[in-house]
Amino acid sequence: MLAAAAARRTTTKCALRSLSTWSAVPAGPPDPILGVTEAFKADKDPRKINLGVGAYRDGKGKPYVLSSVKKAEDLIASSHPDKEYLPITGLPEFTKNAAKLAYGADSVPLKEGSIAVTQSISGTGALRIGGAFLARHYPNAKTIFLPSPSWGNHTPIFRDSGLEVKQYRYFDKSTVGLDFEGLKADLKAAPEGSIVLLHACAHNPTGIDPTQEQWKQISDIVQEKKLFPFFDMAYQGFASGSTSRDAFALRHFVSQGHQVALAQSFAKNMGLYGERVGAFSLTTADPAEKARVDSQLKIVIRPMYSNPPMHGALIANGILSDPTLYSEWEGEVKGMAERIIAMREKLYTTLNDLNTPGEWGHIKSQIGMFSFTGLTTPQTKALAEKAHIYMTADGRISMAGLNAGNIEYFAEGVSAAVKGNL
Amino acid sequence: MAARVKQLVSHLSQPINMSAESWQSVPLAPPDSIFKLTATYKADSFANKINLGVGAYRDDDNKPWVLPVVKKAEQKLLSTPNIDHEYLPITGLPEFTGAAAKLILGSDSPAIAEGRVTSVQTISGTGANHLGALFVARFYTWGGNKQVFLSDPTWVNHFAIFKNVGVEPLTYPYYNPATIGLDFDGLVASLTSAPPRSIYLLHACAHNPTGVDPTKEQWGKIADVMLDKGHYAFFDCAYQGFASGDLDGDAWAVREFVRRGVSLLVCQSFAKNAGLYGERVGALHVVSPDKGTADRVKSQLSVLQRSEISNPPTYGARIVSMILNDPSMFGEWKRDIVTMSGRIIEMRKQLFQLLTVELKTPGNWDHIVNQIGMFSFTGVTPDQSKALTEKAHVYLTVNGRISMAGLNTHNIRYFAESLDKAVRGTL
Repeated sequence: MLAAAAARRTTTKCALRSLSTWSAVPAGPPDPILGVTEAFKADKDPRKINLGVGAYRDGKGKPYVLSSVKKAEDLIASSHPDKEYLPITGLPEFTKNAAKLAYGADSVPLKEGSIAVTQSISGTGALRIGGAFLARHYPNAKTIFLPSPSWGNHTPIFRDSGLEVKQYRYFDKSTVGLDFEGLKADLKAAPEGSIVLLHACAHNPTGIDPTQEQWKQISDIVQEKKLFPFFDMAYQGFASGSTSRDAFALRHFVSQGHQVALAQSFAKNMGLYGERVGAFSLTTADPAEKARVDSQLKIVIRPMYSNPPMHGALIANGILSDPTLYSEWEGEVKGMAERIIAMREKLYTTLNDLNTPGEWGHIKSQIGMFSFTGLTTPQTKALAEKAHIYMTADGRISMAGLNAGNIEYFAEGVSAAVKGNL
Repeated sequence: MAARVKQLVSHLSQPINMSAESWQSVPLAPPDSIFKLTATYKADSFANKINLGVGAYRDDDNKPWVLPVVKKAEQKLLSTPNIDHEYLPITGLPEFTGAAAKLILGSDSPAIAEGRVTSVQTISGTGANHLGALFVARFYTWGGNKQVFLSDPTWVNHFAIFKNVGVEPLTYPYYNPATIGLDFDGLVASLTSAPPRSIYLLHACAHNPTGVDPTKEQWGKIADVMLDKGHYAFFDCAYQGFASGDLDGDAWAVREFVRRGVSLLVCQSFAKNAGLYGERVGALHVVSPDKGTADRVKSQLSVLQRSEISNPPTYGARIVSMILNDPSMFGEWKRDIVTMSGRIIEMRKQLFQLLTVELKTPGNWDHIVNQIGMFSFTGVTPDQSKALTEKAHVYLTVNGRISMAGLNTHNIRYFAESLDKAVRGTL
């Protein structure tokens, strides 16, 4: 009896102590992008459409496993690789090939062996490694300027890395286009030596890219103000259908003599999303500097996760290093880009056929997986609640989620939302 | 026109590397000590070289061993129709994390049944340690400094992991070189004198690098003091199954602490016990006092994970999920684990035999058979370790730690003889 009472007291004491550990942890907000898919999944309406996260879907709304990827995976399986740890900076052949894809085989720093490159946990991981490296080693102001708007996750990534996050003008609401004058003014006004994040192609979320001529002007300003360009390239090949064309901005900057940082993702262009395949690279002065930078990248990575996952990198490298698979892959990327362009055309036409108020040319002129529809947050909310059409609150839609089967319903929903009679 | 000419001249006269000052001052970092050891080993052309450095299992022919059950799972995956590479949820593959939680906490765990466990898939054990460290750095109700107590010694990366998130690593006594065993009194003294509600990192089983584990009775006493002082247990479990060959047996300490009500989290790795090293499969499990708290913890872990990796890698998690959720595969996995742990235990016995019976190497070598898991703290000095590497081409870490998995029937005699000479000073 006494023992039982004592035991109860001890249990209460333990419970009270353990009660205190996390009792003050507040509920974190649902992720604004990935939370959309959660909401979509919970919806039981058969007409529901998910235009939230940027994952490509085929014409039937299904995930698309590239044929080149399947072939590469089969080849890997038949070679019976072991599961040994990769080096901290990842599969060496993969990182070499990833750099070649981005910078181009003729790139001067590539040929000189002065590009420090590490495998990363897809694009997010690359940005995070970059942010952490810059926070630690960048010799000037640890401030990064992001375009307004930018991918929602950029801000937490860089803030958590220890950088101060600021904005430069990018999207012009009134024209649903690029605020080029605002962009130039803000970059010119940025403190000398600031870091500037540039979406290499297919800007997320707007789909609005500078023209090649505009990129040249941006390069000049970056040079003039000694800004440090950090490229985020998550859609190489996806924007225009051509991997070399989509790398124009990056390659132009490098050829102009800029030192750059680059975050690369193979999530979209190889459909490798969940395998988390990416690379982070820095151009440096020479191979000796590259070796020092490389050693410090390892110091960033080791206490976070030691070394990266092998499976996706083996697939990506299998494609990049085999001319036949590479060629097949290029064709598949072009195919994905072309289907999206076709959806843009169709949506534009349908919206006009429905006499939807407003100007919708931007749907056609925007590039890549996303379109900034111009819908307001209340409108996007109404679309989710009334029409079971899901997109992020900023009005961004993933074009890849549209197909012949749902594009009419979507256009009708948008038209009704804009007219205010959902 | 003049302005344009000026601009052209300015462009033309820019040197190619005109902004090449960014990384001038970046210093060369020392290479990771364990990986460096392997690199040196690889470059060594000596025929009888032995690598006892990194803790990766090797078969009797010194080859990496892809578990037969893993091969089976991979075959199944490859032939699954319509399998895709879509993103996992931020916290990972639910079938994996759920099964992983049951594996470490017990399938009948009341904590799981009550919804008090938050499980997040991580980039193997390192990722789990990092996420756990980051979580406590952000959310633990620190009394004073942000600090954690690590065993002396511990896995070398533990220090870097905590420092990296702004938590100062301190140490608690653990290994007694005189006895080549546990300094239990020192450990308890540390727990008792530490500030209330301190965080202690505990190795669930098969302590790395010493191979010395507390007994059940000692674990009980550790729990007593931790409860009394309100300490938090940060468990690192990288060798479940590897220590004794029995998955449940190796999870005893963690489950006991849950039963006793010690506040805790556990970092879990499938690198060694499933041989999935480079696929990076792991999980972090945080046990809370109630479901509401567990849900809030999950939301915050998700926020932290999102800004670092967004979501974890699919492939390895799918393999482990298949193994854990299929009864016959699970049985096969258990047998594969016994194969690995059995071979290591056999190597321990043979080494002990060689040293004590044949070579009669000076000193007490009981620890070789008493220590548990992949590693053994031989007790050799740093100088003897270096001599072993430089003279005998036997690669081990400077603290005298050997990975037993690197020993096999072909090299164990050469190793025993080299160790014997090192101890006698005749290398």
